[in-house]
Amino acid sequence: MALNSKRRAAAVLTGIVAVSLSAAACGGGSSDSGSGGTAAEDTTDYSKWCDMKSELQGKTVSIYTSIVTPEDAPHKASYKEFEDCTGVTIKYEGDKDFEKNLPQRAQSGNLPDVAFVPQPGLLQTMVDTGKAIPASKTVSDEVDKYFGADWRKYGSVDDELYAAPLGANVKSYVWYSPKKFTEKGYKVPTTWAELMDLTAKIATDDPAAKPWCAGFGSGTATGWPGTDWLEDVLLRTAGKDTYDQWVAHKIPFNDPKVVEALGKVAAILKDPKYVNGGFGDVSSIATTTFQDGGQPILQSKCYMHRQASFYASNWPDGTKVAEDGDVWAFYLPAVDSSSKPVLGGGEFVATFRDAPEVKAFAAFLASPDWANAKAKATTGGGWVSANKELDPANLVSPIDQQSAKILQDPAAVFRFDGSDMMPSAVGAGTFWSEMTNWVKGQDDKTTLDNIEKSWPAS
Amino acid sequence: MSTATPAPVPESVANEAVEEAGGGQELETGKKRGKSAAGNAARAVSSKWASLFAVVMALAWTTPTFGLFVTSFREQKDIQSTGWWNAWRTGFTMDNYKQVLQGAEGQPPLTDFFVNSFVIVIPAVLLPLLLASLAAYAFAWIDFPFRNALFVAVFALQIVPLQIALLPLVTMFQDLGLGGSYWSLWLSHSAFALPLAVFLLHNFMKEIPASLLEAARVDGAGHVRIFFQVLLPLIAPALASFGIFQFLWVWNDLLVALTMLGGSPELAPLTMILNTISGTLGNRWYLLSAAAFISIALPVAVFLSLQRYFVRGLLAGGTKG
Repeated sequence: MALNSKRRAAAVLTGIVAVSLSAAACGGGSSDSGSGGTAAEDTTDYSKWCDMKSELQGKTVSIYTSIVTPEDAPHKASYKEFEDCTGVTIKYEGDKDFEKNLPQRAQSGNLPDVAFVPQPGLLQTMVDTGKAIPASKTVSDEVDKYFGADWRKYGSVDDELYAAPLGANVKSYVWYSPKKFTEKGYKVPTTWAELMDLTAKIATDDPAAKPWCAGFGSGTATGWPGTDWLEDVLLRTAGKDTYDQWVAHKIPFNDPKVVEALGKVAAILKDPKYVNGGFGDVSSIATTTFQDGGQPILQSKCYMHRQASFYASNWPDGTKVAEDGDVWAFYLPAVDSSSKPVLGGGEFVATFRDAPEVKAFAAFLASPDWANAKAKATTGGGWVSANKELDPANLVSPIDQQSAKILQDPAAVFRFDGSDMMPSAVGAGTFWSEMTNWVKGQDDKTTLDNIEKSWPAS
Repeated sequence: MSTATPAPVPESVANEAVEEAGGGQELETGKKRGKSAAGNAARAVSSKWASLFAVVMALAWTTPTFGLFVTSFREQKDIQSTGWWNAWRTGFTMDNYKQVLQGAEGQPPLTDFFVNSFVIVIPAVLLPLLLASLAAYAFAWIDFPFRNALFVAVFALQIVPLQIALLPLVTMFQDLGLGGSYWSLWLSHSAFALPLAVFLLHNFMKEIPASLLEAARVDGAGHVRIFFQVLLPLIAPALASFGIFQFLWVWNDLLVALTMLGGSPELAPLTMILNTISGTLGNRWYLLSAAAFISIALPVAVFLSLQRYFVRGLLAGGTKG
């Protein structure tokens, strides 16, 4: 009897061991992320990545991004040329909680080789961990050659370039219905005064609808469309230098110029005659999701919706996005036509492993080869880059072509979305929440004072 | 196997115990007899008002779910323009389900990730059940030094929220070379489940009459035999109910998977895909309701088929009804 039970126990044990062994065998694909470290001066010219097959063959580069389905498919497709040429395998991982998880992965030593960082502020955080690797000489040269100086600045920390720009988006857009505009005889406004005149005209012409619709709702990030509004207007009323000072907190958040800009935003978003077409009163802006925010344009309940170029993908299937289609976007006018400020965003390619295959891949991503390959691969539209060599003809959708032209326009003054560069306590915290309170009824001064108070001291 | 030598048992008790253990039938009737506590509870909740309250509660809890269910059959433009209660006017479509199941424009089909979820959930349920029932047996029936103190310590771990252990765990798995593998998930889910599992199963084992075990010992059974042949069949309802708990928890878990599986997108369970299915900018959130219903189909089926054990396991002790 005792022997029997012993044998049974042994059998059970061997069973467990066998299961765990075989499981270990199939589950053991641990990632091969490397650690940082300062690189010795590396003079290899990585722009010749296509001739490096002998050196790179069989290597893997893991990339980690905030870009998930369906926008990730064109990304994966655009690496094909690099993979074919070098024999390197690109392992793509998209995560909607990228911003939260990347610093966590730095902490636990599980960093990817390459990360597409969408905010200069986060890039700064990653450089502070000491794990990010400065851009190679090739990438640095490419950035100088193919991107504007403003873009280089956004990818640099303390004047050292860490990350080359990747994609871009233009936020200074107002979505509207060209059909409706033609029907009513409205012209696309080119100055701020014209925009306000048009707003007033629509409000009297069509009492059943409202000139503007907006939605600030975005889950835990609720309020960000409001920050874009304020930034866009401030960039117009106060100019780029004031804007830069404001973002860097060299002038207080509640500077009189900012108060003036917020007043201009309030003249649209807080006037019950002008909003919120299709949803209700002013406070409905806070509860409407940004995805839904512009949809009433299709039902003629609203005429204009200020939102970035990427809003193009939020229209339902079958909506024609074109200058003569169902919806289209015009450039949010400046105060007058003498300047052309553009508010936008983009991603930057940060690297965390010092290896030739990673550097070659980064060099590939900064090149026009990639920008044009990506443009062709993005068959659904909704992508653009600030790369000067990107041929707008390769872009599929008309709105992307227009964005590329705006970004490449020498007269355009590009400024990165300010909330992405402020300390996250403000840029991803009080700025969002106070703008939400503002649209719910809090006055301008209290709103700006509250944000100023929350700015971290240092 | 001889940590505790069976104590000599008075003959009469032994006989009684053997008789009691004689057959399952005896135990079944025993269950029917002991209904005092449950009976009182049943009488208390079967009054008219209690029933009304229960119905109202049930409606309040099910309405949002029902709304979500209706939404999953509506077209994108209908979802975005009107509430689900207008569905009878605007019509229904299977498109969302088709798109989610078959995959569309770069979206891998949801069915691919069912397998991953299974691979994660099965060991993550069996492992803590096995370990916890062994530990519970030791705590209940083997006398060893500091037994009570250790038992309290194990249960006290239940108070520690798993969130504070997550990052150190990831770092540890990373150092062990298990980072981003199924092992990190299995082990962490097991670890998080063990305190409660040990506690529940211990209480069950404790309720089994000592005479039964003594009888088994007299018949020559050691600990292993007692555990597998006497105790395990008796605590089956408890195992089942904890198994369901753990199954639902692991199946629905997003946090642990998201933290542990960084860098291994190919191992992602369903919840991680659900998390990304709405798209980078949330422009495909109309797919979420359909995807959510697909992913809960299995847990609902498991729960319905095992709920008999679930209720019995929660309400009853080992041999009492």
